[in-house]
Amino acid sequence: MSQDIYVLIEHNQGLVAEISHVLLAAGNQLKAINSSKLVAILLGHQAQDLAQGLAADQVLYVDHPNLKEFNQDAYLKTLAEIINARQPHQFLLGHTSMGSDIAGILSITLDLPLTSSCRLFTADGNAVCQICGGKILVEVKTPASSSLVTMIPGGYKPEIHPTDKPPVENFTPPALDDLRTKVIEIIQPDSNDVDISKEPILIAVGRGIQTQDNLELAEKLAGALKGVVCASRPVVDQGWVPATRLVGKSGKYVKPKVYFALGISGAPEHAEAITNSDTIIAVNTDPKAPIFNLATYGTETDLFDLIDPLVEKIEQARSG
Amino acid sequence: MPNPDPTQTSFYIKVQESVPDGNRLRKCLQCGNCSGICPFGYLMIYPPSRMIAELRADRFDKILSTENVWMCVSCYACSSVCPEQIPITQGLMASAKEELLLSGNVPAELQTALEFSQRYGNPLGESPRKRADWTKDLRPEVKIMGKDKQPVDVLWFVGDYASYHPRVQKIAQAFSKILNALKIDFGILGPEEYSDGDSQRLAGEKGLFEMLAEKNDQAFRKYEFKEIITTDPHAFNAIKNEYPKLGIQYPVRHYSEFLSDHLDEIRTLLKKPIEARVTYHDPCYLGRVNGIFQQPRALIQAIQGVELLEMPHNLKNSLCCGGGGGGMWMDGFQWEKAHVRLSDWRVQEATQTGANILAVACPYETPRFEDAAKNLEGANALKVLDIAELLADAMGI
Amino acid sequence: MKIVVVIKLVPDLVEELNINPDGLSLDTAWMRMIINEFDDHALEQSILLKERNNAEVIALAPGYDGVDEVLFTAIAKGADRGIRLSGDIPNANNHALAHGLAPVINALQPDLVLTGVQANNDLDGAIGPGLAACLKMPFIGYVSSVSLEEKSIQVRKEFPGGVVSKMSVTTPAVLGIQASEQPPRYVAVSKVRQVMKTATIEEQPISMAGNTGGFEVVKYSQPETSTHAKMITGDVDQVADQLMGIFKELGVL
Repeated sequence: MSQDIYVLIEHNQGLVAEISHVLLAAGNQLKAINSSKLVAILLGHQAQDLAQGLAADQVLYVDHPNLKEFNQDAYLKTLAEIINARQPHQFLLGHTSMGSDIAGILSITLDLPLTSSCRLFTADGNAVCQICGGKILVEVKTPASSSLVTMIPGGYKPEIHPTDKPPVENFTPPALDDLRTKVIEIIQPDSNDVDISKEPILIAVGRGIQTQDNLELAEKLAGALKGVVCASRPVVDQGWVPATRLVGKSGKYVKPKVYFALGISGAPEHAEAITNSDTIIAVNTDPKAPIFNLATYGTETDLFDLIDPLVEKIEQARSG
Repeated sequence: MPNPDPTQTSFYIKVQESVPDGNRLRKCLQCGNCSGICPFGYLMIYPPSRMIAELRADRFDKILSTENVWMCVSCYACSSVCPEQIPITQGLMASAKEELLLSGNVPAELQTALEFSQRYGNPLGESPRKRADWTKDLRPEVKIMGKDKQPVDVLWFVGDYASYHPRVQKIAQAFSKILNALKIDFGILGPEEYSDGDSQRLAGEKGLFEMLAEKNDQAFRKYEFKEIITTDPHAFNAIKNEYPKLGIQYPVRHYSEFLSDHLDEIRTLLKKPIEARVTYHDPCYLGRVNGIFQQPRALIQAIQGVELLEMPHNLKNSLCCGGGGGGMWMDGFQWEKAHVRLSDWRVQEATQTGANILAVACPYETPRFEDAAKNLEGANALKVLDIAELLADAMGI
Repeated sequence: MKIVVVIKLVPDLVEELNINPDGLSLDTAWMRMIINEFDDHALEQSILLKERNNAEVIALAPGYDGVDEVLFTAIAKGADRGIRLSGDIPNANNHALAHGLAPVINALQPDLVLTGVQANNDLDGAIGPGLAACLKMPFIGYVSSVSLEEKSIQVRKEFPGGVVSKMSVTTPAVLGIQASEQPPRYVAVSKVRQVMKTATIEEQPISMAGNTGGFEVVKYSQPETSTHAKMITGDVDQVADQLMGIFKELGVL
């Protein structure tokens, strides 16, 4: 068994997901403990260029047509082969639609301990995990033998080395036929809509907006501030706002100059997607809403009382 | 009437059996009084009289496919003007809502309130352990029956909103100060108190109502007290009129009745005048349903400086605030259908009397009327205060 | 078609969570256990499949305190059977539960096993993938729609940014549900009470000895909320004015 730290790289449509750069940052901290290597595991088809910029000592690349998109069975067979052959000390995956689908299965089939929802590692290399909606932290001891960890964002800033390309080693995949899971089609979100992850001013609405009609308040404010409306999951689930405007774990991660949150409680799945905002202003009548622990400014004023007068003042200031 | 074959039971028959006097439904003259006086009648495709017509034609399925039954706020206006005294609110509308619930047609907001009531014993989704937190800064400390375990003269059934809603908690605090000033020996159930369940019942959840009543009864049985008083007309209605049907029988009075008994003593404790024009809103479940009109007015008029004005829709004709029958939990839904709030109408009427204070006696009303006053032209200066707050202020406590 | 739904109960986050004095676990004294919201979606999805495709739905739940009411509610919503699994449940992590549940599920021979994509107290991964590994079935998680096609199950798997992967999977399979196609339905209390009188919850013991697969816990703690927003107070006008000042400072105006 080696002391190396392995990180599974997630990518879609030629772009490496930000979580992978967070994993690499964690991996770089971990490798220093045992003076070992950090290896990025990249599975794909004609995707070797994604190795560019990865903050790892080495990239292990597996190329196969059946790895073009994320396919559970194909990934599982390949990763099992890699882990058995190389026996890394720790294998880090994102706590995501990709990582969470396979970590648990690798854990049981290869009989390796798994800890999930890890936010960061201590100086000793123990994982600190966040559970119960972020209310509880659990420190778990990393075993000496091989183990798996899924990580959530928030504990490390993404680490990228844009001008570097680590040495790439090609790894021959096992036979990847007879897969029980098949990708029929990847559906990209409507690209005609704005990309909120690139917008500097976002007006976000949550459950507190109560009805579809009230969205017009958010639209008014967005118009006045020349921003864009986005929403948390409950609002999108109701169909009041298209999925392209979803901010959250299963939506977009945003990094605006100003994030104006109306009636959003700040649950972890949403919070993790807005931590890179420059300034968060939260409007929520519940003083205990977790969003107030994230926001720069907050007010308990009722959004239904606040918006119209605020919009009026903004318009006056612009015209005056 | 003979027991019909269950497979032949139509909703029409079910309603008749659901409440005492239910078979008055058969005497409907189709006069339309109910639909005319219903505050949302103009919006409903099937206002009450039309609903009865469809039922008689055995076409209840049509009604099941619409959502308009959810506009009913159980205000009792229809029942109170029916010449045949058909129990429209409790019999027809509550049963119709029950059918809708059973078929899965429930507005999402209402579903949440009902699920919270089941899980936490209150529709707000707050922890039952925090139900008495509103008392923590009060001195002397409010007796919580489970901790004190002493018999009391009066058990005060506080209610959901007074326990958890920040605005209404102030009313509870004012009332406890009045009780102390009168040296009343009282206690509350605190974490052992569950929602009275009356609005949930009228929203179609009979089973939930029974469950909540049973839980309250379990608490009542544990302690010794001479009577129950409550600051909540919905709880008052439940404990007085509905709990006995489940075998739960306790003497209960609304706080306006209780304080009226002590009016002479209260007069001696009133220290400062309140120079104001006050108009009083008769809560549906205190006035129209239970006939208590005089006592709240007597309390207000005891305060020096107060000029009591009447709104055109007063006493039995009072305009509902829109909170009953589940309305408290369907604000978004009802707004989308109506684009008007019943509480707005009421506040408008209050301002038109020239009053500067709108006095209320039900926990739904203060938050609803205050919200309405904020949004209406010319209503910004109108203060909404519970009678308990007025008295406490006048008593200087 | 036979569908097994695996339901866990998790701590209700409405209540305060306390840590035991030894720091190694949560204090369960005042903890309310409620149905895992994602498992509620899994149940709803299986009832939808039953309504569309005439499936049999069997709800399984490890025997936490309060599980019977959850299983009766599942039956009231449309599940055909409810099975409570007994054993040292409160101390079992997902690896142990997966190993314990596998023989019970195998005996039922389902075409699909549905469970929530995750639970708020997962520390060793979610239970779905664990079950798939023990049952040697394929797994797809983060599923928001399930349909039965001629020879396979088709699902929509959600990725961040609104990207969706339309996938097919052979049966039998395990699916981790993110969201059911419609929100979990309401069931009237009277209906649940009726079910409590007419239906019975079956019980099956499960064995989880030595199957932990997890890490050793060093300690539980609560995060220090070291930062808090600077609160803006006053009446609406004052608050709006202060916000205007902030907007100007930030260069937004």
